[in-house]
Amino acid sequence: MSGQYTYRMGFQTMDFRDLGTLMAKATPERSGDHLAGVGAASAEERVLAQMCLADLPLKTFLTDALIPYETDEVTRLIMDSHDAAAFAPVSHLTVGDFRNWLLSDNASPEMLARLRPGLTPEMVAAVSKLMRNQDLILVAQKCQITTAFRNTVGLPGRLSTRLQPNHPTDDMAGIAASILDGLLYGNGDAVIGINPATDNVAQTKRLLTMVDEVIQRYDIPTQSCVLTHVTNTLEAIEQGAPVDLVFQSIGGTEATNQSFGFSLATLKEAQEAALSLKRGSVGQNVMYFETGQGSALSANAHHGLDQQTCEARAYAVARHFDPLLVNTVVGFIGPEYLYDGKQITRAGLEDHFCGKLLGLPMGCDICYTNHAEADQNDMDILLTLLGVAGCTFIMGIPGSDDIMLNYQTTSFHDALYARRVLNLKPAPEFEQWLRAMQIFEDSDRVALNNDIPAAFRHSLSGPRRRA
Amino acid sequence: MTDSKFPTVVHNPWRGLRQYTPARIGLGRAGVSLPTAELLEFQLAHARARDAVHHPLDIEQLIVEFQQIPEMSALGPTIQLQSQAPDRACYLQRPDLGRVLSESSSSRLQSSKTGSAEPPDLAIVIADGLSARAVQQNAPAFMRSFLQKLAHDCPEWRVATPLLVEQGRVAIGDHIGQVLQTQQVVVLIGERPGLSSPDGLGVYLTHHPEPGLPDARRNCVSNIRPAGLGVEQASEKVIYLLKEARRLGTSGVALKDRSEEVELTVSERGNFLV
Repeated sequence: MSGQYTYRMGFQTMDFRDLGTLMAKATPERSGDHLAGVGAASAEERVLAQMCLADLPLKTFLTDALIPYETDEVTRLIMDSHDAAAFAPVSHLTVGDFRNWLLSDNASPEMLARLRPGLTPEMVAAVSKLMRNQDLILVAQKCQITTAFRNTVGLPGRLSTRLQPNHPTDDMAGIAASILDGLLYGNGDAVIGINPATDNVAQTKRLLTMVDEVIQRYDIPTQSCVLTHVTNTLEAIEQGAPVDLVFQSIGGTEATNQSFGFSLATLKEAQEAALSLKRGSVGQNVMYFETGQGSALSANAHHGLDQQTCEARAYAVARHFDPLLVNTVVGFIGPEYLYDGKQITRAGLEDHFCGKLLGLPMGCDICYTNHAEADQNDMDILLTLLGVAGCTFIMGIPGSDDIMLNYQTTSFHDALYARRVLNLKPAPEFEQWLRAMQIFEDSDRVALNNDIPAAFRHSLSGPRRRA
Repeated sequence: MTDSKFPTVVHNPWRGLRQYTPARIGLGRAGVSLPTAELLEFQLAHARARDAVHHPLDIEQLIVEFQQIPEMSALGPTIQLQSQAPDRACYLQRPDLGRVLSESSSSRLQSSKTGSAEPPDLAIVIADGLSARAVQQNAPAFMRSFLQKLAHDCPEWRVATPLLVEQGRVAIGDHIGQVLQTQQVVVLIGERPGLSSPDGLGVYLTHHPEPGLPDARRNCVSNIRPAGLGVEQASEKVIYLLKEARRLGTSGVALKDRSEEVELTVSERGNFLV
């Protein structure tokens, strides 16, 4: 019996068991799909799968759920929130035609914005599998997504950064030193976000208060976040902590999210709690999500799907909660999922493209671990490519070295490099603050002041002076 | 003399704040980029971390050092085993293979059992993990301290002959534990090298090990290295956890290391920015 997912070329017939198998086989090579045993067995099989996928009508994804509707709340969210009217302009296309359409001049930024509610993550993942890196960059650049809290993130010509002042023991002086370093290098407009070393409610409150005091003291148009579990943040809100953004790592299947210890209802509750605080001044996007290819497999919750398709499904979860920020932590998970610089680069561009096409304020933690076949040069390439693609934000950390999480991500310097070569600026409110504080001498040239700005001179000697 | 309009390298006067953090703050800049010295310092740290991942264990040397520990040689000559990952490239991409012994190692382990009447209370596994350097440098010192304390604190425990595993992951202890039918297993393993810590040894312990256990059933004492947690303190923690696990009849999230709670007392007034 030859099924719906059969491809014939000359005497050759390729029979793909189901849509999930076809999607996995059509995915550009990566170690995680081999680990899961779902990747193409040969280069030829991969391209034949891509040819088969190119002929598939886009609307197939509306009737053939990759994970059953009955057993997965992410599938239910995707299906129930699909907007048929928005989908209409492309509903007659195959996946291959959809690629052409996206690249064509018909797909204007306005058109792409109207299309968003009509696209499902699976459609977006499918078309990305047929696209070259330059296609992913070109189309992502046409997608404009703006969000706001105390500043406006994602405007054209802007590149924001998350200032990530982690410390191995959450030492306040150590965290303050990294925040100072970051601010004086013009970083921190997306968020000042700490990964706590000690992950509990008491510590979350302590860190939230600390960053809030800094933001208030210098009147910084930015927001804070402690990247702890959503239930910890909820409890912190109940106890009166100054919560700007609710953080959660999310995945693309219900079982993945279950392994992370939350459901869609949990996120809803947390979003409502954060909204009730009304702490945003120019907008009310209160959620911050992180994702990353491989998390579903790592939780043994991938349902036989490839990791990129699972990742795109996580964006359906994200967009349901109008986040301020979403970022894919692309190289953190290790070489068993993304082996080398080439695979990390590809995944970073795919995730950014899929997130943007679905309407997310997509950033990227451009990163690697020391057991991956990658180095700073690979990160330079991905940073430059994502800068061109219009990436919403990247991480900023002292000297690329996260001393708490033991991995390397983009540095404060890297952000200035990208801003300088691509003529990108921080969020407008933050840019104005940088000028007012005399941190930027000239923001058009991305030139820092050679002298330490007056407001920060008292900080040079650290806590001793004030003790 | 050149009459440059801009200084070539701008130094950051807040570099002194490094006394409060190991983070790479105050690096200075050439334009907006890293100055040469700071760039090369980073490259060296990364090179060391890379070497830690890829250099193989010097097994002969390690065995010699183990033999010099009286409490260790008393347990018999260390048994050498391999996982199913034949080399580093495979090991890095297939963690599942690093969790299971190769066929020949499995049978070697089986045959090592014959003769011993009762299953052991504790098996000790030493695996290269992601940093052979961590094992090479810290495992002998840890074993010396650990076995001395164990002999003193728990002299009645039956300890199996130590096992040394190449290309091993933490969960290989579950496989080994099942074969030996041991009540508890500890795995000494090279941790994923950080940029500034390429030599951290981790010790994982599992009560009633069996294949397929989630990580949540393990306890871990990590960052054991000269610049991190010392071997004396580390071995004390491990023995505390082993005893607690026996008392509770389980290990993992249900078992908290109360000695950790001291570290919660961070300097609240350290925020010098406000």
